[in-house]
Amino acid sequence: MNTTNPQLNKHGELQHLLTIEGLPRDVITRILDTAAPFTELVHQEEKKLPLLRGKSVFNLFFENSTRTRTTFEIAAKRLSADVINLNINTSSTAKGETLLDTVDNLAAMQADMFVVRHASSGAPFLIAQHLAATKQDHIRVVNAGDGRHAHPTQGLLDMYTIRHYKKDFTKLTVAIVGDILHSRVARSQIHALSTLGVPEIRAIAPKTLIPTAAERMGVKVFHDMREGLKGVDVVMMLRLQNERMLGALLPSPQEYFKNYGLTPEKLALAKPDAIVMHPGPMNRGVEIDSAVADGGQAVILPQVTFGIAVRMAVMSMLAGN
Amino acid sequence: MKLKIKNGRLIDPANNIDRNTDLFIADGRVVAIGNAPEGFADSGAMGVIDAGGCVVCPGLVDLSARLREPGYEYKATLESEMAAAAEGGVTSLACPPDTDPPLDEPGLVEMLKHRARLPEFAKVYPVGALTVKLDGKHITEMAELAEAGCVAFSQATVPVLDTQVMLRAMQYAATFDYPVWLSAQDPYLARNGVAHDGEVAARLGLTGIPVAAETTALGTLLLLAQETGVRLHITRISSSAGLDMVRIAREQGISVTCDVAATHLHLSDHDIGFFNPHARLNPPLRSLRDRDALRTGLANGVVDALCSDHTPVDDDGKQMPFDEAEAGATGLELLLPLALKWGNEMKLPLLDTLAKVTSIPARLLGIDGGNLAVGAPADVCIFDPEAEFRVSRENLRSQGKNTPFLGHMLGGRVRYTLIDGVLAHDGSWA
Repeated sequence: MNTTNPQLNKHGELQHLLTIEGLPRDVITRILDTAAPFTELVHQEEKKLPLLRGKSVFNLFFENSTRTRTTFEIAAKRLSADVINLNINTSSTAKGETLLDTVDNLAAMQADMFVVRHASSGAPFLIAQHLAATKQDHIRVVNAGDGRHAHPTQGLLDMYTIRHYKKDFTKLTVAIVGDILHSRVARSQIHALSTLGVPEIRAIAPKTLIPTAAERMGVKVFHDMREGLKGVDVVMMLRLQNERMLGALLPSPQEYFKNYGLTPEKLALAKPDAIVMHPGPMNRGVEIDSAVADGGQAVILPQVTFGIAVRMAVMSMLAGN
Repeated sequence: MKLKIKNGRLIDPANNIDRNTDLFIADGRVVAIGNAPEGFADSGAMGVIDAGGCVVCPGLVDLSARLREPGYEYKATLESEMAAAAEGGVTSLACPPDTDPPLDEPGLVEMLKHRARLPEFAKVYPVGALTVKLDGKHITEMAELAEAGCVAFSQATVPVLDTQVMLRAMQYAATFDYPVWLSAQDPYLARNGVAHDGEVAARLGLTGIPVAAETTALGTLLLLAQETGVRLHITRISSSAGLDMVRIAREQGISVTCDVAATHLHLSDHDIGFFNPHARLNPPLRSLRDRDALRTGLANGVVDALCSDHTPVDDDGKQMPFDEAEAGATGLELLLPLALKWGNEMKLPLLDTLAKVTSIPARLLGIDGGNLAVGAPADVCIFDPEAEFRVSRENLRSQGKNTPFLGHMLGGRVRYTLIDGVLAHDGSWA
């Protein structure tokens, strides 16, 4: 028990999307390929496809996130699914209902898919394992961000964006900058980039924001941002949470910006055609200068658009299309 | 009642005996080894146990088994856990004071001892609370508690933040030569931590507990032990670096012993797999390198004893996301198989392996037991070292079904457990 990843069935097919770690390269590529035609939909009069018609998608958000929830909702609706949004912050748990009780109740309402956001790392795994143990694993689980662990659809949409602008992963140097320790986005990006064959992944942050044994995940750690940005093709910025800015991790947002904020001057050290990404929402003046965020190298808004297509691809593949 | 245990391989580590011979018991004590004492068969009924193919050894002495009484009866009861002890060949056990209320008053200790007095129950040796309510501020009435039956004083896993209180508590315990058992984990460095701070925690996004949480706390405890001369026992050491500190302290003449949990001899943080809540333990499972150091340390005596750290947790406490799940594993029934597995893998003589769970912990507890000398209490474990079984929820007697070994095949099945000559477990049918 708990020794095999429940997201792939015994034929190696995608059952749930819980993490990018361990996903074969061809599965990732297939998701990106499936997403490509969906990006064209927005330009059509009729934006909806019938791929999830009659299916019920439950957005289970145990942690607040308007942005991610909305993109999943749009993606599901464009696939003609019925979408039910549940913000379960503390409402149920305050009444003493356990996570798995909640899941069983919603399963009894004939859910077809759970999109799960939870503050605890591994919570979507627990749900998937429980569904398997109770023979309800026709219900698919999509991890929409669990604790510090993973945010696989974000990682995939980032890969879609990089592929869109850079084509070939195997010649790239990619820098991830910011709070890697607490970032589920960074973990998913690192697994995706290494699976797709990126030869050099750099992690740039002060020591307080880098996990122990980060090198074991296949990244090259830099504490000097200027050094780390030299010659990179892609700069992936991370959001710095407000609660990390003052305390024992960092002294102040000002000092952080001075050392790790992306300014035009620092970006100039990267390749001239380097792209700048951010998972949003941005803290302007903390991790990124407005001149960069709004500049010609930023691809932050296309990321959002691609995100809907990638989430459509994931949901339609999980639904068996 | 008289009893003859015949045809077994008698292993008594305390007396360096390992040979095929018979054991004779009368009135709850060992009366002879080899040949029956004169007149043994002449009067009264005599029971005979055929221990052919089995090892006959002292009943196991477990330095840490949570019985969950008082206060946590929904997790386990004395009855369920005593059945587990008997099933596991454990005849004496020390229980940590982190009950609700904690074992900080003589009345509570007396009640527990009273509840556990049944002849087929393992002998319970309560470890008293070092501070009132484990609050880390006020020391307990240690002499009263010792009179009520406490064999040592401990905080379980609750820290004492105030080092002056720790110094005073050690001084007071040293006054009466009471042993102090403490876990070494700095609560600040371990804050919110749920797993060893290493590659696995980094990958899974779990908050790490660095080795420094153990070593910094250990440094304080060892220096205060040196200062006070208290008999210090470190419970559940978890890291290679911590082990080095204990070894060096001992070389410097500090009175310190330590134990390790059976889970930590066999598992590492990699066994967390995909967030298996059964691998959520306190202290955390550390790296493979740490695990190997613990295995070697137990073999060469830097770690004195092996214990189960039995902690039954109900399903509701475990069926949670990893970081919310309650820490701990059930272990009374797995102590012997896990000790045997370690001994086999380390290629140790069976006598040396069994010493870690019989004679040595008995010495640390200061009890009359853990050996089979003539005159010793007839606490006996008879097990088939070749018999294998699969660990499953169904075959665990403990109310806690929480163990990372679920599904594993383990060797060593207890056939009979005797406590003061009374048959507490008869698994001869198995």
